[in-house]
Amino acid sequence: MKVSLEWLRELVDLDQSAEELAETLTRGGIEVENVENLNKGFEKVVIGEIVSLTKHPDADRLLVCAVNVSQEEVTIVTGAQNLLTGDRIPVALVGANLPNDLSIRKSKLRGVVSLGMLCSREELLLDDTIGLDRSADGILILPPTAPIGENFGHYLGLEDSILDLELYPNRPDCLAMVNVAREVASLTRKKPHLPKWAEQNQVLSLPVVTDFRIIIEDQELCWRYAGLVVEDVHIAPSPEWMQRRLKAAGVRPISNIVDITNYVMLEMGQPLHAFDRDKIEGDVHVRPAHPGEKIVTLDGVERTLQTHTLLIADDSQPLGVAGVMGGLYSEVTKDTKRLMIESAHFSSVSIRRTSRRLGLRSEASNRFEKGIDVSGIVAVLGRVCDLLIDLGAGRPVALVDEVRHLPSRRQITLSTQHTSTVLGIELKISEIRQVLEDLNFEYKENNGLFQVEIPTYRSDLEIEEDLMEEVARLIGYDRIPTTLPQGDQTQGRRTPEQEFRRRLRKVLAQSGMDEVLTYTFTRAESDAQWGSAKHQVPLLNPLREELGVMRTSLIPGLLDVAARNVARRNMDVSIFEIGNTYWGEEQPLKNLPREELRVAAVAVGKSERHWLNQPVSYDFYYLKGIMEGLALEFGLKLEFRVAENQSLLHPGRSADLYLQNQCVGFLGEIHPSLEKEWGLERAVIFELELSTLFKWIRHTVRAHSIPRFPAILRDLAVVVTVETSAEAVMAKIRKLGGDLLQQVEIFDVYTGNPIPEDHKSLAFSLRYQSIERTLTDEEVNLLNSRILEGIQQDFGAERRK
Amino acid sequence: MDLERVIYLKSEILRIREEALKELRELDSPEALQELKVKVLGKKGSLTALLRQMGSLSAEERPIMGQVVNEVRTRLEQAWEERSEELDAMALQKRLATEQIDITLPGTRVARGHYHPLTQVIEEIEDIFLGMGFQIAEGPEIESDYYNFEALNLPKEHPAREMQDSFYITEEILLRTQTSPVQIRTMEKLHPHLPVKIIAPGKVYRNDDDATHSPMFHQVEGLVVDHGIRMSDLKGILLNFSREMFGESREIRLRPSFFPFTEPSAEVDVSCMLCGGSGCRLCKGTGWIEILGSGMVHPKVLEMGGYNPQEVTGFAFGMGVERIAMLKFGIEDMRLLFDNDLRFLQQF
Repeated sequence: MKVSLEWLRELVDLDQSAEELAETLTRGGIEVENVENLNKGFEKVVIGEIVSLTKHPDADRLLVCAVNVSQEEVTIVTGAQNLLTGDRIPVALVGANLPNDLSIRKSKLRGVVSLGMLCSREELLLDDTIGLDRSADGILILPPTAPIGENFGHYLGLEDSILDLELYPNRPDCLAMVNVAREVASLTRKKPHLPKWAEQNQVLSLPVVTDFRIIIEDQELCWRYAGLVVEDVHIAPSPEWMQRRLKAAGVRPISNIVDITNYVMLEMGQPLHAFDRDKIEGDVHVRPAHPGEKIVTLDGVERTLQTHTLLIADDSQPLGVAGVMGGLYSEVTKDTKRLMIESAHFSSVSIRRTSRRLGLRSEASNRFEKGIDVSGIVAVLGRVCDLLIDLGAGRPVALVDEVRHLPSRRQITLSTQHTSTVLGIELKISEIRQVLEDLNFEYKENNGLFQVEIPTYRSDLEIEEDLMEEVARLIGYDRIPTTLPQGDQTQGRRTPEQEFRRRLRKVLAQSGMDEVLTYTFTRAESDAQWGSAKHQVPLLNPLREELGVMRTSLIPGLLDVAARNVARRNMDVSIFEIGNTYWGEEQPLKNLPREELRVAAVAVGKSERHWLNQPVSYDFYYLKGIMEGLALEFGLKLEFRVAENQSLLHPGRSADLYLQNQCVGFLGEIHPSLEKEWGLERAVIFELELSTLFKWIRHTVRAHSIPRFPAILRDLAVVVTVETSAEAVMAKIRKLGGDLLQQVEIFDVYTGNPIPEDHKSLAFSLRYQSIERTLTDEEVNLLNSRILEGIQQDFGAERRK
Repeated sequence: MDLERVIYLKSEILRIREEALKELRELDSPEALQELKVKVLGKKGSLTALLRQMGSLSAEERPIMGQVVNEVRTRLEQAWEERSEELDAMALQKRLATEQIDITLPGTRVARGHYHPLTQVIEEIEDIFLGMGFQIAEGPEIESDYYNFEALNLPKEHPAREMQDSFYITEEILLRTQTSPVQIRTMEKLHPHLPVKIIAPGKVYRNDDDATHSPMFHQVEGLVVDHGIRMSDLKGILLNFSREMFGESREIRLRPSFFPFTEPSAEVDVSCMLCGGSGCRLCKGTGWIEILGSGMVHPKVLEMGGYNPQEVTGFAFGMGVERIAMLKFGIEDMRLLFDNDLRFLQQF
C-alpha cells in the first residue's frame, strides 16, 4: 500500500517527518518498506527567468546568462543555444543534487564565475510532456506562466513523500487511507479527521431502486451487493488534487467517475465499479459463469470463463467478472448518462482463484482477496455521493442494498491480570484503558476485566491474545522485560542418533573430506540411474524441470558438485554429504514417503603436491581407507564383498558393503562408460544407508589388559595368482595362527620382475604373542611353517625367496 | 733384592699410569676408549699383569704395593670417566652441528576436511540451546498439509498461505515450508508432559530462487510450553542466544509482527554486529538487523498439539540459518552456500 503523506496529513494531525513516521509505524507493527521522497533531486532547483544573454568574452560557444530567481540575480554560464531572453527555465543552484546524480558547485568557466546550471529534460529525468517544444534542443523551457522563484519540484506537484507499507495478511484494513490514519492516530495519540462515512453505523438515505433487482444466486460467494444509481452524469477529467493523489498511489487517472471510484477505494478500502446503467437489461445477477460463457473485458480481450467464475450479469449477458475486471460493453464512456455504482462483497477465495486464472491482479482484486468490511459497504457509497456532488459529476438518485449475510460484531473480554501474565509486564488497569482509548475502541470495564467492542474494520481481532498484542504494541514492545522460564530445569542433550550423525561428520571431515550440501530435488533421469525410479517422488510445481524429483540417491548431486569443481579447475575433489533420500511407496503418494538418511562421498584427483610427502591418489583404496576408519571409530564389522550387478561401477574396482550380512551400500570407481556423461575421470564414490549402521554401532568399550609377555614378529611373503584375494589369504593365516597369532598385516603387494606374470607377491607381518607365557622361537617357527603350508595348499602359493 | 723389586714395580705402575693418561688424552672415540681400558685394566691388561707379580713380595710390602696399585686404578678409572664424558659431549656437539634443518619448510600435511558453513552454524545454534536445557527434535521434510499449515492455524485458503510459495507433491502432501510443523509433532508426542523445550533444525523449501532466496534452505525452530510461560521469557531466551551467537554486547529489540501460529507475534532484531548499533552498510543505517520471527504460541496451536491453552502457555521462534551464516561470515550471495565451490567451502 502506497501512502501519500500529503493525503495522510489531511486525515490525521501529524508532526513527524516521513522518516520518523515510518519508524513509528514499523515499531508499531505496520512495516514501512520504503519512503520515497517525490521531490528528490529537485530540492535546490528553482524556476528562473533569463534577464540577459551575452557572449562569453573568451569562448565563442558559451553564453553568459543573467538569471532572475526572484530574490536575486545569478550569473550562469551555459553552452545551450535554444534560449531567448525572457524564457523561464529550471535553474539548479549551487548545492543541488540532480535526479541524475549530478552535483552542482560554483565553478569558473574561462574566467567567468558560474553560480549554477540551467537544466535540460535529460538532466532532470523528465519526459517531453513538460515544457515548450523548443526544449528538445537543450535547456527545458517552461511556459511563461511558470512562477519565478518557485521550487521546481513543487511546481511539478512533487513535494509529497510516499510510504510503502508492507502489510501482513492480518491487516487488510490498512489497504484504506482512513484506517492507516486511524493506525497513525493510535500510535501517535493524535486525533484523526475522517470523512463521516468512515465511522461505524452510518446510514445513507436515498430512495430505494424500483426498476431493477439485485439477484444473488450463491450467497456463499457474495454476502452483500449494493448499487447506487446516478443520473445527470457529466463525464470530465477529475480535479488536479484527486489526480495527484491517485498517481501518488500508483493509479492512473481516467475520468471523474472512474477516478471517484478508485479514490474512494484507496480512501475507504472498498473496491467499487461503475456500470453504464443504460447498458443493463433487466435485473443485476451475481452468479457463477455458465460452461463456455464468454466476456470481452475492459482491456478488450475476449475471455472464456470457467464455471465457478463469479460474474455480474444482466438478464441477457455478463457485465463483468466480479471483483476482477469489468466488461467492455457496460463500460463508462464519454456518452454515459446514468450509472450504477457497485459496492459489494465477493468471496476472497473465489476472487483469488479467478484473478490467478485470468492473470488479472488489481488494486480491487487484491482488496477482495484480503477481505473487506462488509458492514461498511453502503457507507462507502455515501462517500461516493458526496464526491459526485462536490465534483458535479452526477446526481445520486437511488440505492439498492441486497444483504445475505452480515458478520456479527465481535466482543472480546480482555483481562488485565491475564495480559500481565502472558506479556510478563505488570500492567495497570489504567494502561489498558489508555490503549483502548488510543485505539478508539468502545469498551466496558469492571475490576480490570474489559468487554471490548471490536470495530468491523478490524477483522483480525478475534481472541483475547489478539487484543494483548494491541496492548503490547501500543505501550511498546520495549516495555517487555527479559526473564527466563521459571519451570522445572531440563537437561539439554542430543539423542544417540543425533550424536552418531555428528560424530560421523566429524570422522569424515577429519579424514580430509569437505562437506557439501546439495539440493534434495534433482533430475529424474540421473536419480533413476543411481537410485530408484519406482520410488521417486515428483514435485507438481518444480522450480525447474531439472529439479523435478526428490532424490533417492545422494550420488548424482555429489557428482554434479565434483564435475562443477573440476570444470572450474578445482581438480582435486574429496567431498561428502549426509542427508535424506526420499522413498515413495505408491504413485500418486497417499502417505508421507520414507525419509532414509544416507552418507555418500565422491573423490577424484589426488591430494596436493608436497615437498616431503607423496600425494595420495583419490582412488578405490583412498575411500576404502576412510570407510575402514569410520568402521573402526564406531566398532562396526564392515565387509567388502565383490560387487554384484554393478553396471554403474567399474566391475574390477567396486565392492558391495555388508554389515551383519545386510547390504548397506557400495564403494567403487564409476564405470568408464559413464565418465564422459559426468565429465569426471576415475571418480570413486561410496554411498551408505545410515539406519543399519546406527543399529550396530558400539556404544561402550570393553578394555583389554596389555600383554605382559614379549611378542615375536615374523614376516611372510608368498607369491599367488593375481586373482587371489588378499582377504582370503589373511583369513587363512588367521585361522591357522589361532590364539597365539595376535595380529596380521599386509605390508607389501608387488607385481613385476622377478614375480611371474599373472602373479603377485603378498608380504605379511605376523605378530605372535601369548598372554600367559613367553613364547619360544621353536614353537613360533613351527606355527609359521604350518601357516605357510596351509596357504601353499589352499592357494597354490609359493614362498617368496 | 726386595727393595729393588719394589722400586721396579712402583716405577712400572707409574709408567703405566702416565702412558695410559697420555693415550687417554689423545684418543677420540668411545671405541678406542674401551680398547685402552681393556689393554690396561682388563683381565690381560698391563696393570693386572703387574698385580700378578706382587705374589713375590713380602707380607709387609704387599699391602703397601696393593694400595699403590689401587690408587692408580682409581685414578685411571676416574680419568676414563672424565674422558668418556668429554667424548660424549664432543659427539653431541658434532651431531647438533650437522643436524640443521630449514624449519621454514612446511610440515607434513595432515588431511583436514571442512564442515559446510551451514552445518557449522546449525551446530553452534544447537550447542547454545542445549546449554539452556533444550532438546533437539526433528520431523519429516515432506509433510502433510495438515502439519505444515492447518494445525498451525493456517486453514485452506487462508491468505497467509500466500506468504509462502510451496512445492507440492499432491494436493495434501508438500515439501515443508517451515520447521514449524515440528512444533505440532513434538507436542502430539509429548503431551501431557511438561515442560516442552525443544529446538528443531532442518531443511525447508519455498518456490523462490535469487541472491537472497534459495528454494531449499534451513531453519531452526524453537518451542517452549509450560505453566506460566511469558513473553518476557521469550525475550530472555533470545537475548541469551543473540549474545552467545553474535557477541556479549549485543542487544535485541522486538517489533510487532504477524504469524498465524503465534499471538502476540514479534520480529526480533539484534543490534548490528558490524557497527554495534551506530548504523552502517550491513544494517542499512538502522543499527538493527532482523534475525528471527517469534511469538506466544497461538491458543489454537496449543490445542492442536493436545495442550489446554487455559492451563499452559508457550513461546515459539524460527530463524533462517542461511541468514545467520551470511551475517556471521559476511557472505553476500546466498547461492554460494549451495554452489559448493571448494574454494568457498575450504575457507570454513
